[in-house]
Amino acid sequence: MTALQVILTGLVLLLCLAAFSCVIRTGKAWVRLYYGLSAIISTGLLIGAVPALLFSSGHPQTMILPVGLSWVGTHFRLDALSAFFLIVVNLGGMMTSLYGIGYGVHAAQPRRILPFFAAFLCAMNLVVIADDAFTFLLSWEFMSLTSWMLVMSNHRDPETQKAGLTYFTMAAFGTLMLLFAFGILAGADGGYSFEAIRGHSLPAWGGAIILALALLGAGSKAGLFPLHIWLPLAHPAAPSHVSALMSGVMTKVAIYGFIRIVFDLVGNRIGWWGPVPILIIGAATALIGVLYALMQHDLKRLLAYHTVENIGIIFIGLGLALAFHINGLEAGAAVAMTAALLHIFNHSLFKSLLFLGSGSVLHATGERDIDHLGGLIHRMPYTAFFFLIGSVAISALPPFNGFVSEWLTFQAILASPELPQALLKFLVPAVGAVLALSAALAATCFVKAFGVTFLGRARTAQAGTARETDRFSLTAMAILAILCLLIGILPTVAVDGIGPAVHQLVSAGLPPQGDSHSALSLIPFSSEKSSYNGLIILGFLLLAGSMTAWFIHHFASRVIRRGPAWDCGTPPESAASQYTSGSFSQPIRRIFGGTVFHAREKVDMPAPGETRAAHFSVKMSDPAWAFIFTPLNNLLEKTTERLNFLQFLTIRRYLSLMFATLIILLIMVVVWR
Amino acid sequence: MITDLFTQGIQMGIVLFVAPLLMGIIRKIKARLLRHRGASVFQPYYDIFRLLRKDVMMAENASWLYRVAPYIVFAAIWVAAALVPTFATGLMFSWATDFLAIVALLGTARFALALAGMDVGTSFGGIGSSREMMISSLAEPAMLMIIFTVALLAGTTQLSLIAEYISANPIGLRASLALAFIALIIVTLAENARIPVDNPTTHLELTMVHEAMILEYSGRHLALIEWAASIKLLLYLSLFGCIFIPFGMASAPASAGQYAIGIILYLAKLLLAGLFLAIGETAVAKMRVFRVAEFLGAALILGLLATILLFVSRGI
Repeated sequence: MTALQVILTGLVLLLCLAAFSCVIRTGKAWVRLYYGLSAIISTGLLIGAVPALLFSSGHPQTMILPVGLSWVGTHFRLDALSAFFLIVVNLGGMMTSLYGIGYGVHAAQPRRILPFFAAFLCAMNLVVIADDAFTFLLSWEFMSLTSWMLVMSNHRDPETQKAGLTYFTMAAFGTLMLLFAFGILAGADGGYSFEAIRGHSLPAWGGAIILALALLGAGSKAGLFPLHIWLPLAHPAAPSHVSALMSGVMTKVAIYGFIRIVFDLVGNRIGWWGPVPILIIGAATALIGVLYALMQHDLKRLLAYHTVENIGIIFIGLGLALAFHINGLEAGAAVAMTAALLHIFNHSLFKSLLFLGSGSVLHATGERDIDHLGGLIHRMPYTAFFFLIGSVAISALPPFNGFVSEWLTFQAILASPELPQALLKFLVPAVGAVLALSAALAATCFVKAFGVTFLGRARTAQAGTARETDRFSLTAMAILAILCLLIGILPTVAVDGIGPAVHQLVSAGLPPQGDSHSALSLIPFSSEKSSYNGLIILGFLLLAGSMTAWFIHHFASRVIRRGPAWDCGTPPESAASQYTSGSFSQPIRRIFGGTVFHAREKVDMPAPGETRAAHFSVKMSDPAWAFIFTPLNNLLEKTTERLNFLQFLTIRRYLSLMFATLIILLIMVVVWR
Repeated sequence: MITDLFTQGIQMGIVLFVAPLLMGIIRKIKARLLRHRGASVFQPYYDIFRLLRKDVMMAENASWLYRVAPYIVFAAIWVAAALVPTFATGLMFSWATDFLAIVALLGTARFALALAGMDVGTSFGGIGSSREMMISSLAEPAMLMIIFTVALLAGTTQLSLIAEYISANPIGLRASLALAFIALIIVTLAENARIPVDNPTTHLELTMVHEAMILEYSGRHLALIEWAASIKLLLYLSLFGCIFIPFGMASAPASAGQYAIGIILYLAKLLLAGLFLAIGETAVAKMRVFRVAEFLGAALILGLLATILLFVSRGI
């Protein structure tokens, strides 16, 4: 059996599992069995995909099924790029299923989740192996709808309803844009298979239009600013293991769509200006995403906004790769593409980890608002530890994996003075500065997220009586945390692993890894330019730390006395005196909030002698809503009101309208030909 | 191999044991400038020893993170400082990381300390962590822009190779390097909690940032944190030495005489940098917390300008 057949068999099994879950009873044991099966199938899919990535060596496997459009059929293809994304999808699927064994039994109505969970996993797999436009769009829409059903699982909550509507609209918009993109790619004759599309000649304006449509279509799914608005609404509304899948994995599938269209299908038909919008939008997304995240106090929403930031970072990498690739600087393109793909993989790991951690917190306390939490490190020590590792990793700190991919992105930026275009010479350093700023802000944001949630004293009774989560959930988080560390200290293994996918996209790879000093040094260009060895760093840290600890324990006082906190002599009684998320991010809000969010602080201080309470409030407006979506909404409403009279016409008038439309369309066809 | 390991060990020892002395000398100079007699230059050592001998007094609800954080901070800053070329380039582990990773290691240390500040759940800890992270989230990108500048100039991000490039090539006065120099001064002041950004000697609630964050610490934990802070200052001053005046550094493998010259010159450079720092700190007043953003924003813009200049032409 070829790898592709294995994958397709696995997908059929997933669909069977989805169907099976419709008929089972919803007892705990059944739900556990369901998630266990889903974990096993995902593991099988993962194992099937790994050799396809490592040993495909440029020979994609294809398969055509005689279903679907009659003159196209259904094409599937497994090449290195698909295999890489299959690994991302199924690793995420495996971990969330494992987590689901413990977490899924708490769902109030499991039947609203179970059938769609497996179908959602199946749909994401289908998107990355689809090899014709019809199958791709169908799977894409299947993915959107199943995830929409999962978002709506708690449909009586008015917030969920709003999230569902927004998501539905944006998903439909995105698919529409992709539909147009494939329409142009396929040409007038409708050669919808990707093989035919690669051979088509495009009109001169085709490259630009398709790039714009791909940015809009795939970008709205991935969460590019300002199309990200559905993401912080929909991701938190879903059950936490589904949030992890949506944020950690589905956004990556959207990026897959972008990469497939721009790097593979359009190929070399994009001019030198192509990277400009990608870089600008990527940088804007990264910075605004993290600023949004800093302003949040809902843990899951904060994480969702962080996904927006990381998508921006990935798009910066893709933009750089495209810029190098167009100019024939393949070494730089390989570094930038490796950085982007590695960040895709890394983000899927730590974002899944963080969402799973937030799910455990949510289950233990019933709270998503971190201002109602605190002190959970005492009550949930393991969850806290794993969440801490996720936080360090996403903040791009060594020796964890987030640092490696951002380091590679910076190396790509440092190589870009070679780019001949003046515009890019000015743009790339500015993008680098924005990237640096958002990386630093991300660390601030996770000090806040972890510090307010897990440290300090419990702010509410629920937080004070929380209990550690179950073993399955902890296992899933532990595996993800270990992977975060492993990729951080052994980056060459990961980089070599994604080498075939990079090679397929930019027809070049990194130089052989390792240098005269160590076989584990990550080397983007050459060892004279830069190298990074995570293992040595970790070893050094452990050595220095243990030496210090040994010294302290032998020569210093070993006594620890416990007492009340000092706090400059005035230890506060109430837990409310602690810093909250709002107060923690207040300095940042002061600096950036005024310009970006129109933040206005209002202090209502009673006059001396008055006994009423003082009030403090902050007003912020969301630029994406304020400048784009609210006006758009208003316009839509006005237009529909104007057109309302069309609802009350006589049948004669309706018929004549239809007739007129037909005539106009016919005229258009005549003129077009 | 053994000699390589030995010189690397010397480097680690120097940064460890010279750092408190540097702190003491800076304090002494500042005191003299203010016409105080000032404490002995060895006072920081006495302070560390005294703190090490004392018992740790810890809040009842402090978690394991609070106890581990000082070790993480100390180890990360020590390792970072050990990887900066001080008296010699091309030491044994200099290839393991580059400038970006060294700065990121300092970020790891700061992350741990900021979390520890929030662990006990006091308002001072929170205010310190929040402001420290605000300052660093502006200082770190400025620092990265400085790295970009020197990396573009030297064509590498390895600090050893940067130092060798700059000492070997007569690059003269460059607009980009000058901008990076000013930016690095600003970042150094901010990252080390020096005047005018923060005051290392104050315990007045409205002015302190770094000190508020570590307010709850005592005993050996505080000793480690204070020691790490002095190593961090030494690291930043060494950066000036290795980027802007890398002359007289030995290039490993070298003879004992060259190493000795390197060490003496390195100590002289540190003394010079410390002198300027003390004079500068005495001459200016501390600024309000929210003016810091503009101050650091200036560093970021200068660094970005320097980078763009080099993107346009490596000759500027």
